Amino acid sequence: MATAELTHPAPGSEDPSQPVVVFDDVSISFDGNDVLERISFKVMPGESRIILGPAGVGKSVLLKLTNGLMMPDSGQIFVFGQEINTMREEDLFAFRDRIGMVFQEGALFDSMTVRDNVAYRLIEEHASAQDIDRRVREVLRFVELEQTIDKFPSQLSGGQRRRVAIARAIINKPDLLLYDSPTGGLDPITSTTIIELVVKQRDVSHTTSLLVTHRLQDAFTMATHRFDQEQNKMLPLPKGELDPQTSFLMLHDRKLVFDGTTEELVHSTDPFIKDYLE
Amino acid sequence: MDREPRDSILCAALPGAIRLPSMCYSRLESRFSLCASNGFAPMPENRVDEVAKQSVLAVQNYALLSGRAIGTFLQKPRYLADFITQADSIGVGSLPIVLLTGFFTGGVLALQSASTLAQFGAAAITGQLVSFSMIKELGPVLTSLMVSGRNASGMASELGSMRVTEQLDAMRALGTDPVRKLVGPRILATIFMLFFLTIVSDAVGTLGGAMVSIFMLGQDGSQYFHTAYQSLQFADIFQGLVKPIFFGFIIATIGCYYGMNTKGGTQGVGRSTTQAVVVSSVLIIASDFVLSKLMIGIFGR
Repeated sequence: MATAELTHPAPGSEDPSQPVVVFDDVSISFDGNDVLERISFKVMPGESRIILGPAGVGKSVLLKLTNGLMMPDSGQIFVFGQEINTMREEDLFAFRDRIGMVFQEGALFDSMTVRDNVAYRLIEEHASAQDIDRRVREVLRFVELEQTIDKFPSQLSGGQRRRVAIARAIINKPDLLLYDSPTGGLDPITSTTIIELVVKQRDVSHTTSLLVTHRLQDAFTMATHRFDQEQNKMLPLPKGELDPQTSFLMLHDRKLVFDGTTEELVHSTDPFIKDYLE
Repeated sequence: MDREPRDSILCAALPGAIRLPSMCYSRLESRFSLCASNGFAPMPENRVDEVAKQSVLAVQNYALLSGRAIGTFLQKPRYLADFITQADSIGVGSLPIVLLTGFFTGGVLALQSASTLAQFGAAAITGQLVSFSMIKELGPVLTSLMVSGRNASGMASELGSMRVTEQLDAMRALGTDPVRKLVGPRILATIFMLFFLTIVSDAVGTLGGAMVSIFMLGQDGSQYFHTAYQSLQFADIFQGLVKPIFFGFIIATIGCYYGMNTKGGTQGVGRSTTQAVVVSSVLIIASDFVLSKLMIGIFGR
């Protein structure tokens, strides 16, 4: 199991009383079509918020807005207390150092080896080769893929590529992790191994995270399981218990239709949510 | 989500860029009734303003990309390793096609011009005609067209693939400016290497003309090289070496622009690749005319 270094939060972590992410009345449209309309929510430090919703509802857009990869048409987005929608792109490049993002298909650089992909940030920072190798091995051990260090992304399976993408996102111990459908297109068994990794990151590093998915089983696995460091595996929580740090957001028809805990979600009387859960 | 953002990646990178929401445009009311009455399918009523809007937006995005890429040359970090890799790929990789094109162009120029010149008793200046044509026009233009076919397409497909697989977004998310890391080195490497490739092409073309003149047309070698060399002036060489700087810039910026604005999956990558080659080739030839006119205006030859 990995490593002491990964279990400690990064230096300069946020004030626990201040939200890490705030969306305030955010709207965005493409080619005149509204995609997200007046979205408002908060993510507190240490929270794992799961964004649910049907395919094409704008979940990925929401994550890209959080990272400043897209800019809203109206509203404000605060991340670590800074209003990112007014920041210049040059300033955002440095700001994103505190944010790790796992893309839908992994988005690994296909001309680079796993080592260079995972170490991308460190190489850009001109870290020493020794330091790079040590940290890459450490983080690959965390995702249990140390043997793939010299391979190219095309030589990896879909699940392995996602795990490498997670390793790349967490190598510099970010304060906020954004997962964009990390299990999309994977078979159920591989999906569970990816979710186990997400739960491991949540329970070992306690990193604030936003996870997009349209797979309910992944979402509820996160809410009903914990990672046991001694046994190095994910275990179900005792019956009736739910992870208190995991909560839900649900998007439907451009709007945020739910913002609450797992308990509130399953007992919601909203017809769409009931229909979606069934 | 599969949809493309309303603005290009560049507009996201450039908050100052003018965004053109479709609703801001007054729609042209013309209905193309003639088409409809003739039995053709009626065009969408907003077709003209949409096309105009997209064209203006494309020119704006291209100008912004070029401007930003030039701006990255002046600031750190600089990607020297990427520059060397690109210089190797563009320069060394293009050498065989440039050598072959240059040699045979010079040869065919001698072959075609010698018979015409002979009608006026001027076959002796075949060398002058070949070197003039190669150095002032054909060397820069043909080399650029060859490099455009090979590298503008390569850049568009490489960056296009990165765009559709979210690698460009991943790069931005990892704190690297894709314009600085991908576009800047490609522009510098293309300009730098095209300059030297043009010199090589000029030399090989003159040599190809010499081979044809001497071995096929039976002309005197020393006369060929004498007229080829003596007739050249500074203005001719200057003109021939300024052009590849502009052409290199066109090849790289067009290739990168189409690559970075690729939409629509693998089909979109193919479309971007084709468009990059077509547009850069047309721009090379068009700008060659403008540059030639300008140079003739300045130097008088």
